[in-house]
Amino acid sequence: MNEDYIRNLIKNHKRLDNRKLDEHRPIKIEYGISSKSAEGSSRVRIGNTEVVCGVKFDVGEPFPDKPDEGTIMVNVELLPLSSPEFESGPPRVDSIELARVVDRGIRESKAIDFKKLCIKAGEKVWLVFIDIYPINDNGNLFDAASLAALAALKDTKYPKYDEKAEKIIYEERTKNPLQLEKHPLAVTVNKVNGNFLLDPTDEEENVIDSRLTIAILEDNTLSALQKGGDEALTPEDIDKMIEMAQKAAKTLRGKI
Amino acid sequence: MGLLVSEKDIVIPGQIIADGMDYLPAMNTYRGENNIISTRVGLIRVVGRSIKVIPLSGRYIPKAGDTVIGRITAMSTASWFVDIGYASEAGISLKDATSEFIERGADLSQYFDFDELVVAKITNVTKTRLIDLTVKGPGLRKLVGGRIVKITSTKVPRVIGKQGSMISVIKNATNTRIIVGQNGWVWISGESPEEIQRAADAIQMIEREAHTEGLTDKVEKFLGGKKNDSNIQEEN
Amino acid sequence: MTATYKKRTDGRAFDEPRPMEAKLGVVPRADGSAMFKAGKSVAIAAVHGPRQLNPAFMRNPKKGVLRVNYNMMAFSGSGERVRPGPSRRSKEINLVIEKAFAPVVDLSEVPNTAVDVYIELLQTDAGTRCAAINATALALADAGISMKDIISAMAMGKVHDKICVDLTKEEEDMEAVDIPVAMMGNSGKVTLLQMDGIISREEIKEILKKAREATLKVKEVQEKAIREKYGGQNE
Repeated sequence: MNEDYIRNLIKNHKRLDNRKLDEHRPIKIEYGISSKSAEGSSRVRIGNTEVVCGVKFDVGEPFPDKPDEGTIMVNVELLPLSSPEFESGPPRVDSIELARVVDRGIRESKAIDFKKLCIKAGEKVWLVFIDIYPINDNGNLFDAASLAALAALKDTKYPKYDEKAEKIIYEERTKNPLQLEKHPLAVTVNKVNGNFLLDPTDEEENVIDSRLTIAILEDNTLSALQKGGDEALTPEDIDKMIEMAQKAAKTLRGKI
Repeated sequence: MGLLVSEKDIVIPGQIIADGMDYLPAMNTYRGENNIISTRVGLIRVVGRSIKVIPLSGRYIPKAGDTVIGRITAMSTASWFVDIGYASEAGISLKDATSEFIERGADLSQYFDFDELVVAKITNVTKTRLIDLTVKGPGLRKLVGGRIVKITSTKVPRVIGKQGSMISVIKNATNTRIIVGQNGWVWISGESPEEIQRAADAIQMIEREAHTEGLTDKVEKFLGGKKNDSNIQEEN
Repeated sequence: MTATYKKRTDGRAFDEPRPMEAKLGVVPRADGSAMFKAGKSVAIAAVHGPRQLNPAFMRNPKKGVLRVNYNMMAFSGSGERVRPGPSRRSKEINLVIEKAFAPVVDLSEVPNTAVDVYIELLQTDAGTRCAAINATALALADAGISMKDIISAMAMGKVHDKICVDLTKEEEDMEAVDIPVAMMGNSGKVTLLQMDGIISREEIKEILKKAREATLKVKEVQEKAIREKYGGQNE
């Protein structure tokens, strides 16, 4: 509806809410929002965008090729609650893509040492389910989901495992935190009319030509990349986008 | 017995607002066993013996005579379909679109194209909510440029103000052109994006604080504070 | 002989609900929304509509259709992760919540449309359908949907020999009888009643009496939440 107006603004380095192109909206993180039910949980607000995340443990058999490793499973459910457009139009983001980008950011960075999820090699390992739900979609679910996953993992403590009865006693949570070796954070850089911008609102997402989601670790190395949108990016674009994301990741990291 | 609330009180669904048979239930109220009860969150209006509730929330419900802003979503060979923020789309027939003669099979997009905005008047709403619009009449037209801000339609009277006083304050302070549709779609246009933004902020502030007193003062204060910060170009 | 339930596990009086909390407008992109917390059970409800109803054959030319969608977040259960997506349980809950609001919601002004209510449970400790109903009533009011009365619900039950208000999961697991009840604020008429277990006619009478007292307490919390957003005094 305001597409042309927004495109023109961005051309002049301006935005509907007066933010700078490289400025995120205010970020608020809460921990333990479902502490009775989930082993770890969080709520992340970026402006009016709100995402919640919960972590649940289960015990299962390891993969035959990795007998001493547990694993993680990231799932994103896009809820019709979160946006009036959910039922009427094509989705701006795809839940599977979103989940896989968060998953790769954690998995490939070895943020969780899967060997530490082993209970008994070849028989029993911990499975860590990370479930992410947008509550209010006001744009930039990628960054919000990644931040929520990281915050929930930081909040996570193992439940008690009864070796003899071979079952988890969920009511008894141990004091053992899930150890995070690294802290991957995703920042999505969006390209509109040759300009780059961060943290788009849903209205701005409608005018984006292309985007690059970049998962970044504390030492500035990258642990996942995902290009989206219809337009191609030049290598120079990508370099600039990474630089912009690295800078933003530093600021975001301060919020956790 | 009698009235249990006063003019402009805020009531909620299920709230008993009058006892006995002295009053008559009007808009958004109904007669209970021996009382009158509100069905909405809203403000009490008592006119003579009739009592009604002016809602403070809810989607726009179209009614004939309303001037609305809409977006062209589709067209057939004989009409346009327009999103006016209601559950079903409104229609503009050829004869209501222009006084020009349109030949059979002409390309209608030369008059109104997809995604274009119009300010139109509702001429008819049927029982099952089929909505007819006209773009023929004073002030009715296609809107070019500018931006749309959406507000709750029940707040529109506050944004306009008495005899348009509130909207004049905003227009003058920000040097913008503003059209407020009864459906809560507000079109703002002007030379400076900063000024459009200030007008939009002022309108959203009115929406947030519609139920509070001294709104005009608040808006004047809000707009007076920063006017000289930006480089607005005086025109007309 | 049945056992006697002498003291509730969390120390509450038998007719005392858990601490409640309510807030409107928690999903800004919805037409109306609310959070309702009863003890550790947390529900949020968002209303979208009246809006276009698809598929078209479901449209009613006389009035709009209220559709409820209850969902537990995967991490919100007690114990194991809940598999995402609809279950037989959630489908039944959708239906009984729709029916709980049927006597009060008036959609005759918006024929052919849908009013969609989405309910998400963030954390559960029993009484979730009641928390869901209480959140839904608020979200509908916030969305400006015409309602003849406020609906308030309470998870009633019987633990051993005692009738209790607002059971926790711990109490439910003590072979308790669950009896969720929803009532209309003014008349106290019942719009939802379910029960599984064994109970006498006398006990049901007693339970409904206590449910009326308890749902009026819920209604107070609901009214306060509406006033917090829209202003004005309580009656």
